Amino acid sequence: MPKVKIPRKSTNIDMTAMCDVAFLLLSFFILATKQKPPEVLSVKTPSSVSAKATPDKSILITLTKEGKVFLMLGDETKKSAIIEDVNKTRNLQLSATELAKLKKAEYVGVPFNQLKSYLNSPTEIPAASLAGIPCDTTNNELTYWIRSVTNVYAGEDQRKLQEMLLVKGDGEALYPVFKNIKDSFKANEIFKFRIVTEGEAAPAGSELAKAQKSGEK
Amino acid sequence: MAEMDTSSGGGHKKGPGVKKSKKLSTRVDLTPMVDLGFLLITFFVFTTTMSQSTAMNMNEPKDEKDKEMKVKNSGAMTILLGKGNQVYYYYGQLDANTVSEQFKSTTFKEIRKLILDKKNATPIDDLMYIIKSDKKSTFKNAIDILDEMSISAVPPGHYAEVDMTPVEEMLISQTEQANGIK
Repeated sequence: MPKVKIPRKSTNIDMTAMCDVAFLLLSFFILATKQKPPEVLSVKTPSSVSAKATPDKSILITLTKEGKVFLMLGDETKKSAIIEDVNKTRNLQLSATELAKLKKAEYVGVPFNQLKSYLNSPTEIPAASLAGIPCDTTNNELTYWIRSVTNVYAGEDQRKLQEMLLVKGDGEALYPVFKNIKDSFKANEIFKFRIVTEGEAAPAGSELAKAQKSGEK
Repeated sequence: MAEMDTSSGGGHKKGPGVKKSKKLSTRVDLTPMVDLGFLLITFFVFTTTMSQSTAMNMNEPKDEKDKEMKVKNSGAMTILLGKGNQVYYYYGQLDANTVSEQFKSTTFKEIRKLILDKKNATPIDDLMYIIKSDKKSTFKNAIDILDEMSISAVPPGHYAEVDMTPVEEMLISQTEQANGIK
């Protein structure tokens, strides 16, 4: 029997296609990942076992380590309405340019009486040297801000609003400030809000971990 | 004399002295580039952490004096949060004669067991945890204790945050002084 001659094929494969795929995937991942917005206020949130995701749009009250309170109006569609409502109800008499500047600002962190000078300041004032929104029992300006928020959202789905109201606090902030924030919510008949925390798994052997396990099965 | 150099063979004649340049293949080995591409992909995939900020629900009660709830003495456990991550607790109601026995101090590590023990020892309808935060306690403490409630699967409505009474404040400061907590 004559031997069948198997032609020797080259083991070289054309890598161009594979290279294309690799870089296509790479560029896809780079472009698709949403960059985290730079945090103006550095806050180290405490952890909790809660696993609910935070909404993209939110009205965020940030409580810093020093106990200062900042307000971030994340819902762009309503932001200007809220600011105008505050201007009107609190009689702040901000000019059109000042209003525009405030609408552009990422956060509000000054008392009403300093708002004008803050907006007219030629240089950017770092967040650390701002006074924060006063929210103690004698002078609770946060209540007015939240009132304007509720005014603007009055006709909307209230459940959605509840999900949007977030409190983000530094773990080392003292409790009374947090209580003041709670009180300003309560003053506006808001009894449900959310607290931003770092996700954490339920500790092994705890009741919650057992419940989660049986739920999965 | 007039010999021509014919050694260069076929192709263009380029004149004497000019060597025929070897035609290089334009094909490049792309294997290292593919390696690099996938290496970068794996690097980015592993290093990007999903932004994992979660939210915890907070439900506050309405402040209505006439709707204040009565709690059974046998089912109540009061947890007090002090400064320096200290936790104090007592069962039932404070009695002037037995305060020193009732009022105990513990830490966040041990409170979970105490919460669970109380939960297992009490009929669910009577169970009530009363959480009181001191002025010196932190936001983290307040969140942690609420978290402990969900870890121990205490049903909602069986724990509440209440303001501290002056007696309790005094007791905490006394204990803090005795234990040297600053």
